[in-house]
Amino acid sequence: MLPELGQFALVLALLLATLQGVLPLLGAWRGSPAMMAVARPAAIGQALFVALAFGLLAYAFLHFDFSVAYVADNSNLALPWYYRFAAVWGAHEGSMLLWMLILNLWTLALAIFGTRLPEVFHARVLGVLGLLSVGFLLFILLTSNPFTRLLPPPLDGADLNPVLQDPGMTFHPPVLYMGYVGFSVAFAFSIAALLGGGLDKQWVRWARPWTNVAWGFLTLGIVAGSWWAYAELGWGGWWFWDPVENASFMPWLVGTALIHSQAITEKRGSLPAWTVLLSIFAFSLSLLGTFLVRSGVLTSVHSFAADPKRGVFILIYLCIVIGGSLLLYALRAPKVAGGKPFAPLSRETLLLIVNLLLTSAAAMVLLGTLFPLIGDAFGWGRISVGPPYFGSLFILLMAPAILLLPLGPFARWGRAEGRLLVRIGLQAAVSAVVLAGVLFAARMSGVPSWRAILGGLSSLYVIYGVLAFARKRWREAPRGRRYPAEMLGMLVAHFGVGIFLAGVLLTTALSVEHDIRMAPGQTETIGAYGFRFEGVTHTTGPNWKADQGAVQVLKNGHPLTVLHPQKRTYERGQVQTESAVEAGPMRDLYVALGEPLDNGAWAMRIYVKPFVRWLWGGGILMMIGGFIAAADRRFRLRREAQANASALHADRDPQPEGAQA
Amino acid sequence: MNPKRKRRLIVALLVIAAATVAISLTVFALQQNMNYLYSPTEIDAGKAPPHHQFRLGGVVKEHSVVRDGQSLKVQFVVTDRFHDMPVVYTGILPDLFREGQSVIVTGHMDDGHFVGTEVLAKHDETYMPKEVADAIRKAQAAGRADPKHMTHPKGGS
Repeated sequence: MLPELGQFALVLALLLATLQGVLPLLGAWRGSPAMMAVARPAAIGQALFVALAFGLLAYAFLHFDFSVAYVADNSNLALPWYYRFAAVWGAHEGSMLLWMLILNLWTLALAIFGTRLPEVFHARVLGVLGLLSVGFLLFILLTSNPFTRLLPPPLDGADLNPVLQDPGMTFHPPVLYMGYVGFSVAFAFSIAALLGGGLDKQWVRWARPWTNVAWGFLTLGIVAGSWWAYAELGWGGWWFWDPVENASFMPWLVGTALIHSQAITEKRGSLPAWTVLLSIFAFSLSLLGTFLVRSGVLTSVHSFAADPKRGVFILIYLCIVIGGSLLLYALRAPKVAGGKPFAPLSRETLLLIVNLLLTSAAAMVLLGTLFPLIGDAFGWGRISVGPPYFGSLFILLMAPAILLLPLGPFARWGRAEGRLLVRIGLQAAVSAVVLAGVLFAARMSGVPSWRAILGGLSSLYVIYGVLAFARKRWREAPRGRRYPAEMLGMLVAHFGVGIFLAGVLLTTALSVEHDIRMAPGQTETIGAYGFRFEGVTHTTGPNWKADQGAVQVLKNGHPLTVLHPQKRTYERGQVQTESAVEAGPMRDLYVALGEPLDNGAWAMRIYVKPFVRWLWGGGILMMIGGFIAAADRRFRLRREAQANASALHADRDPQPEGAQA
Repeated sequence: MNPKRKRRLIVALLVIAAATVAISLTVFALQQNMNYLYSPTEIDAGKAPPHHQFRLGGVVKEHSVVRDGQSLKVQFVVTDRFHDMPVVYTGILPDLFREGQSVIVTGHMDDGHFVGTEVLAKHDETYMPKEVADAIRKAQAAGRADPKHMTHPKGGS
């Protein structure tokens, strides 16, 4: 009975979504306040019904209702309750429902907090989000119904994919979806602006915190996914240029470009058409990402079996959303285009260059990710694109962006001083060289690799630029107005980039990875660390049995810790490697069991990975920066103050360089 | 030329130059890193590049996995039930690696056998190249699992 209620709730949500998608847009067109007024209650009702459906699915999981096919496929009696709850989004149907719920939550937030927006604009935004909901709910109900019954119900269910049975996995998809779906707000704002025929600086200011928050969540989601792959896939890698990782990375790249171009448009009124286009791309890539991962079009660790019906629906949905919005853009962009001109050397130009680099990187990743599909379609054979393609092109594209990063805040809006920028750049470069020289001389013996040198230099270069700008503000700005939230967020995020660079390049350069055969009692030495294999014992968990190794770690001959890597066998026979990590700020010691060999010996991975935590730390700093910037009071203008403020703001803008990020 | 036009021309030229560089680099990088997938039958037919890296797809033949007693070197045979290809690999095999399951090995040919640098394994049929999956299905339909007796010449495309 309850699962049917869930399905019924989804149908009702679909009806409300249709109302929300059609009436307010009609009302905005015909100038009917009554029709526009439908938007809010419809959005709230829709959110309630989807939340009800989600709750009922979770209830079915928690109460072992194996008469629901989706529950029977993804959980069993032995699965602990927290993984049964996480199993709600452990496969295709449920993750689509989660996506839907998160779209509803963003819409709900807009419906509630958006009342300060002009009525017509608010109605259009909610209408666009309603139309997105209609498509998604139809997709769930027609092709991916999580409430489909399985009769007669089995006595016990199958199992949740063991790679998903990990604490990191319980929150990775929701956080990632918060980011993906969050870009729908900027998208809806852009479409509403195009429908209205004009792009107001005001809406950009209003869209900025939403985009920053979405971007922050997406950053966290990617960091969590990377960390999870490191700990859970058992080969110590943190990024593989796997199609699924690329799927989340493309919206991130475009989203990063978007938060910067929104800053230009909001502060200077320049490049409005570009901002609108990026909003469309960011959300389109999020949609593409969701579907690439879950549809099984591309084979990867995350994909589930492909269903042609789903594929066709997805393709139609993508065509309507992306094609429709681009068509609207083509028709309306001439009205939006223009904006304030700026000098060839100005903060606008620097930001625009970085924007182009970021979007080029996204296009490059898109090409590499879809190339196997293209090759297949044209009959070129079964092709895969190797990680070096992504790695080398990405470094090539991002290197100039990193070079420009410290200069951006020093460049004036409108027209910048070339001399000042060159001076800052040189100072940063020289300081980086000197500091890196000192650090390497103190820490290393022998000549470090070019990657390590590059990592140290680029990281110090960026960090110097950030600190120099912070110092400049400290000296020149009046007390209390030195670091508005928006600028503080920028500084924290850019500092995060520096930390991230150090992490990535130093880890890549300095990691020592030994894949070896270890007999009990054998010791493997890497640098100052010794790893003594003490043998393997058996252990059990709620729904798995495992071989558990014991590895005594020694530092300069003194015991440091004992690591317990596991090789788990779940009830349905799936095998899963659980690595054991002794984490530290300067290095991780990473041990994973490979496979049993003869005489109690095991194939083992014994890695020392210096600075690997820094790359996730850098990502988390970027996220925090995004959240801090979103909290800026400037974005929360009162309705009556708005009209005046926007007029005033335009005049007030050419202020001392970098007053606002 | 007035200054405005001149500036536009410069911008246009810069954009074209940047696009040309970007496109040629991308094409070059793609060419360097494209890995084609071949089945043992296709390799037998001489389709695979003799020196360049490619991917070998098929099923790990039953009872073919032999480990070295001292190192992580392992030898096994990848088959599409029409032709076999011996593989040498040094390293840790993935959790899902099993005899009778499909694998994809990246590597290159060396003196009649395949030297693997990376092994991917999955339960999932989607990881199996379609040609290989088709070939195996045909072989199973014929009810003759022993590939020695399979003389069917057509295995791949």
